Amino acid sequence: MSPAQRTLRVTRCYRFSAGHVLRRADWSEQRNRAVYGRCANPNGHGHGYGLEVTLRGEPDPETGQLLPPGCLDRVVEDRVLAILDHRLLNRDVAAFEKQVPTAENIARFAWQALVGRVPPAELDRIRLVETGNNSVEYRGELEED
Amino acid sequence: MRLTRRLDFCASHRLERSDWEPERNRTVFGPEPGTGEFGHNYRLEVTVGGVPDPETGMVIDLKWLKQVLVEEVEERFDHRNLNDDTSFFRDRAPTPEQFALLIFELLERALPDGLLHQVRLSPAEDCFVDVTRDAR
Repeated sequence: MSPAQRTLRVTRCYRFSAGHVLRRADWSEQRNRAVYGRCANPNGHGHGYGLEVTLRGEPDPETGQLLPPGCLDRVVEDRVLAILDHRLLNRDVAAFEKQVPTAENIARFAWQALVGRVPPAELDRIRLVETGNNSVEYRGELEED
Repeated sequence: MRLTRRLDFCASHRLERSDWEPERNRTVFGPEPGTGEFGHNYRLEVTVGGVPDPETGMVIDLKWLKQVLVEEVEERFDHRNLNDDTSFFRDRAPTPEQFALLIFELLERALPDGLLHQVRLSPAEDCFVDVTRDAR
């Protein structure tokens, strides 16, 4: 089977812990409560997040690897984990000053931090696992080229 | 409809190419090739796609799929050293990427045309490689 007929993807799974509040300053207390429920509690709450980063590409013909060993780990550490891990997202992360740190927006943050940074592979998917009960997947569909 | 069958197996390997000099292996794969023998508990998830047979209600007979996985994967690789006990990794290193591509090729050959959808190979809990047939 030629490479044109199948696609290779490599996924690495990471963990980080962070606190957040789902609340908008420009909304009333009542509206925040109505939309975000308990997640709007002003003093915040935290999650042990799972972050899955999926790359797409062909293995290097010499090494048989999509990326050199440790390369993805370094990029994810520098551009995502070092910024989010053990932070209060609303207060400590500039990206969440103006947008609510929902699972959707955190996944999008990770996408924007990593897209174009893993050559020669392509970023294929971000999966953010907020709790065992909910996770989001993002493939960059909302980004403008 | 897609159906997935799982197979766990154990194998050891060295990240090196036997057609390269030790120096080159060291440069590319790290400080201790040749001595860096290590093992994985691999988890393989094989997904086939198709329409259930109207009589049996099955896309594929799982007993038969299991037998294919045993013959093509388990008997070849389980409790083996991928570099020394198989002939597949003489001109390529047994990275998860290459191993997943090889398993996809072996199963593609063994299964009826078009049945195989995806091979997912996890060498560790925090990592997996997917080889997926492209939509036609």
